[in-house]
Amino acid sequence: MAYNFKEIMNRPERLAPGHRMCAGCGGTIAVRNVLRALHEGDKAVVGNATGCLEVSTFMYPYVAYEDSYIHNAFENAGATMSGVEGAYNALRRKGKLPADSNTKFITFGGDGGTYDIGLQSLSGAMERNHDLVYVCYDNGAYMNTGIQRSSATPMFADTTTTPVGSDSNGKPQNRKDLATIIAAHDIPYVAQTTFSPNFKDLHTKAEKAIYTPGAAFLNIMAPCPRGWRYNTPDIMEICRLGVETCYWPLFEVIEGKWVLNYQPKNKLPIEDWLVKQGRFKHLFKKGNEYLIEAFQKEVDRRWEDLLKKCEA
Amino acid sequence: MAKRDRLSGNEAVAEALRQINPDVMPAFPITPSTEIPQYFSKFCANGQVDTEFIPVESEHSAMSAAIGAESAGARTVSATSSAGMAYMWEELYLASANRLPIALALVNRALSGPININCDHSDAMGARDAGWIQLFAETNQEAYDNMVQAYRIAEHKDVRLPIMICQDGFITSHAVQNITLMEDEEVRNFVGEYQPEQYLLNPNGTMAVGPYSVSNHYMEARRAQAEAMHNAKDVIKAVAEEFAAVTGRGVAWFEEYAMEDAELAIVLMGSAAGTAKDAVDNLRAAGKKVGLIKIRMFRPFPAEEIAEALKNVKAVALMDRTESFNDHNGPIGADVSTALFRAGKLCETINYVYGLGGRDVRVEDIEKVFADLEEAAANGTNDHYRYMGVRE
Repeated sequence: MAYNFKEIMNRPERLAPGHRMCAGCGGTIAVRNVLRALHEGDKAVVGNATGCLEVSTFMYPYVAYEDSYIHNAFENAGATMSGVEGAYNALRRKGKLPADSNTKFITFGGDGGTYDIGLQSLSGAMERNHDLVYVCYDNGAYMNTGIQRSSATPMFADTTTTPVGSDSNGKPQNRKDLATIIAAHDIPYVAQTTFSPNFKDLHTKAEKAIYTPGAAFLNIMAPCPRGWRYNTPDIMEICRLGVETCYWPLFEVIEGKWVLNYQPKNKLPIEDWLVKQGRFKHLFKKGNEYLIEAFQKEVDRRWEDLLKKCEA
Repeated sequence: MAKRDRLSGNEAVAEALRQINPDVMPAFPITPSTEIPQYFSKFCANGQVDTEFIPVESEHSAMSAAIGAESAGARTVSATSSAGMAYMWEELYLASANRLPIALALVNRALSGPININCDHSDAMGARDAGWIQLFAETNQEAYDNMVQAYRIAEHKDVRLPIMICQDGFITSHAVQNITLMEDEEVRNFVGEYQPEQYLLNPNGTMAVGPYSVSNHYMEARRAQAEAMHNAKDVIKAVAEEFAAVTGRGVAWFEEYAMEDAELAIVLMGSAAGTAKDAVDNLRAAGKKVGLIKIRMFRPFPAEEIAEALKNVKAVALMDRTESFNDHNGPIGADVSTALFRAGKLCETINYVYGLGGRDVRVEDIEKVFADLEEAAANGTNDHYRYMGVRE
């Protein structure tokens, strides 16, 4: 069926309002839109790694999820959902759950819980090919503990553990390419996405991830107004520029085949994306042009690399 | 009809698990518990159980997956030792706080370092405050019997706590002994079906597990856990009595060996009890009034009952197969001393650290402990914290 924006947006919310996430948070936009891809009538167990999302959506005794929900700890969302999915298999096999029950398993972690402390647990869950979806809402730093750098933080970002100073230009290293790492696990479905005005890209990928049997991984760029220091209502523009500059390309890896979902007609210079964000303010000081050049070079290198993967 | 067999402790526990046929087993190998998931995998491969075996990539993930599975409504088990349990640390607390009746077969092994694969109790003792029920075994038979009883205790509605079934690494886990096994049907009838009231996969409702809960609720949650641990004591007794009615075996909290008129006593747990019983027999034959208390239930701790059992002794040795590094005492030393003090019983106590990293425990070592106790009972002692079997 063709994508119908109005129909999709009118689906019942599975993350209820009233949670404590910040206004304009990219994380909740990611969660709501992933859960909208569940077909009506299908059940889900939703999981979280510890992070902003968890401490703001399940504050005892209130829970914002309409579905069954489990949070265990910071570094083990993958393993925890492996256990839930394993229980589902066992209970169906033993006739303790109806054979026709249709429950989906979707777990969300920030980049801290996914790229870093939870990488081993995620890798295990992917390699074992549990029928679950791991969604990383990537806001590029440990926002819950106060904007410390992660391995997803872009180069030169000013964070509280890579502060800009007389001897520092922010984070010295490039970000880890997690989607490629997960694709190397040879799982049925991997995709990278972010928010677009009609949310078609995210919705389509979420639906594929949920309804592809076996392990699936979604990496969603989910801006954080506090950590990135942009004007909060500009989130959609930040995401658009992330894609148009090729900082955050939209792609899928389906059964090992790389597919580019969007190629900008005119690839925009990276400063168009950087300039909107306070965390990159120092790059625009006179004399720091070389830093932007270095950033651009890295974006170009990764983009060319992706194009090659998608052509092959 | 009971079946006679010869099995190692690991085989015995695996056999109990085959009979129980739990729903989910996430596990990661570590010596000396590795054989338990190995034997169990074979049961899965041969269709003898229909358990979902999850070969996780680490022990942290084993306990994480166990928490997910048990929350989802599945009867869940794992097995580990030493560093494996240390790696589960954070998750042990989450399993108990979420009130999940997971069973963990713990084959006791020394914590590193230096790295050592042999028996002591430092793994279990480190987890003694993690909110898990802990049962210890002297023999493969007791390890088997404890595993058969585990879910009846853990899943009881007044308890709902995870349970550790401990046996001594290599000494019990790998040594083959005679054993009496129950029939499969008998075990399944005894254990029964797991019927959780609330679970993630409940077709008739939803559940949320693992909230953020700060000052206004956290303390009540902890208090509820403490209440469950209190309740576990009576449940363990009731289950042990029911088990004894079926099999004719076992004690609930601790075994008293030659304690009726004992003036000198040893308190310990695990495989060293067998050696200590030989020493007691030798000394009794020589006319000494000596006895032994072997703890089965370490968490919850049967404090009042142990104090009562020791009320007539003149001196007691409290034997810890771990070092607590507090320059004062070990876990059994602390718990039994407190129990005696609260009961108003002031006798000489000597806390021994023994058997670390698989150091052999000999009959003559235990006889020497009794000789020390005799001396302390006669003349008192200022040396309350000692090592047994160490080269000084």
